[in-house]
Amino acid sequence: MPAVETELPRATPAVTMRAAESAAPTGTETILSTRRLNAWFGRARVLRNVTLDFHDRAVTAVIGPSGCGKSTLLRCLNRMHETVPGAIVEGDVILGETSIYKGGLNAIAVRRHIGMVFQRPTPFPTMSIRDNVAAGLRIRIGRGPSRSETDEIVQGALERAGLWDEVKDRLRDHALGLSGGQQQRLCIARALATKPRVLLLDEPTASLDPLSTQTIEELVYELRQSIAVVIVTHNMQQAARVSNRTAFMLAGEMIEVAPTGTLFTNPRDSRTESYVTGRFG
Amino acid sequence: MLGMTYVAAIIATLPLLFIIFHLLRQGAAFLRPDFFTQMPNPVGESGGGMANAIVGTLILIGTASVVGLPIGVGAGLYLADRKGSPLATTVRFLSDVLNGLPSIVLGIFAWEFLVRPVGGFSALAGGMALGAMMIPLVTRTTEEMIRLVPVSLREAALALGYTRWRTSVSIVLRTALPGIVTGALVAVARIAGETAPLLFTALGNQFWSTSLREPIAALPLQIFAYAISPYETAHGQAWAGALVLIMIVLVISLIARYATRGRYAGSGD
Repeated sequence: MPAVETELPRATPAVTMRAAESAAPTGTETILSTRRLNAWFGRARVLRNVTLDFHDRAVTAVIGPSGCGKSTLLRCLNRMHETVPGAIVEGDVILGETSIYKGGLNAIAVRRHIGMVFQRPTPFPTMSIRDNVAAGLRIRIGRGPSRSETDEIVQGALERAGLWDEVKDRLRDHALGLSGGQQQRLCIARALATKPRVLLLDEPTASLDPLSTQTIEELVYELRQSIAVVIVTHNMQQAARVSNRTAFMLAGEMIEVAPTGTLFTNPRDSRTESYVTGRFG
Repeated sequence: MLGMTYVAAIIATLPLLFIIFHLLRQGAAFLRPDFFTQMPNPVGESGGGMANAIVGTLILIGTASVVGLPIGVGAGLYLADRKGSPLATTVRFLSDVLNGLPSIVLGIFAWEFLVRPVGGFSALAGGMALGAMMIPLVTRTTEEMIRLVPVSLREAALALGYTRWRTSVSIVLRTALPGIVTGALVAVARIAGETAPLLFTALGNQFWSTSLREPIAALPLQIFAYAISPYETAHGQAWAGALVLIMIVLVISLIARYATRGRYAGSGD
């Protein structure tokens, strides 16, 4: 049963603790959307007719029990799903006005517009902190940015990722010398450096300690001012803390999407209610 | 039980210590500058050196590396990329068999197919035989090292907009490079002292020759020739030659160790 996109009024309910306090304007304009998206691993169908809009300058959380297809959904958005042997995608994803599966953009171009950060930090071990952040810049087609331009972009990206003050004196040091939480913020900076329009976070705090998790959550909360963020998480409190809208998935289907406060306090679907009240998952 | 393993561990190091000690005692006296700069004297005369054999061994190692490294690294990259394909499984199995092949068998084949058709022994044939011995060693270490690079790193590069090719070269290969270099050096150290394949191919040479088309002197062959001669002074030269050979292997192993330092210790996935 395909889920129906619910466009509820943007008024944020009081329950969305910090979203309510946010002074920053967040968008309602759709920047990325899926259209009857289906995905398979070999014969196993992991996504079933998912149709969903993601808003610009807003954080959308995708929650659901393990194996519900939320990570696969994320990986379909930047065409990473198809890099796995036997993986198949059907349907479409629209970025702005452009279809990313049916012509318009190739996979490489899509991934430059839609950045991604994974569960475990993945700094490139042979590169310094600076070179890690600049890694995505060098591979642009044509002339890359000059040294001073690169320095500027690296600083900007590290500042946005909230890491600049901690690493500005050791940009030439090995990236692996950073703590796990810092490495994850380095990966976020690396993804931001190419100026993507959307940032995908796949359980970005799953391998981090509580303090680092808090830092990343605050960072995600800040990022909504400038970019569209889609975060997959199995932690409902995290979804409640950082997102404007939350989508609930079950067995490959999009069950319900609503402003975060509404979804957690007044879900329309009984399955959503069972999940958010902790009856399964 | 722990006591017995302790004793076993000590005994395991004894052969090497004994060999080094004995070589130093027997051969060190002959390691004069002449040994490195002079040609061998006719058997029976004292003095002389092994300059041609030392240079010959280095040439053979170089030729073997030119043959063995590109093929070994290339095959290793293929195996790492196409883990489960029928061809990869076959290549991996055959490579392990080749690795266990007695070197004398390899020597006979090299003679049959590299020496006999061209009508003469040559450094090139020797280098190719040694190169063939290197291939399986380099193939397997390259594959192992590439596989140690976490998949998550490859994905991170792809997600950043890297092409597949670029990901393989500038992220995966670069991350695995220290390990591959180490594997290559270990393979070089392993073949540096091989004798059997050279008996049928490089043959040995009492004179100065650096030509790839001529028979060439090599330390193991020279050691063999001197050791089986009846003269005391020749025996001393043989011990000294063995000492030099061990030092070459030791230096290569130390470089390998050095290259491994600071190697990427992955997060385990």
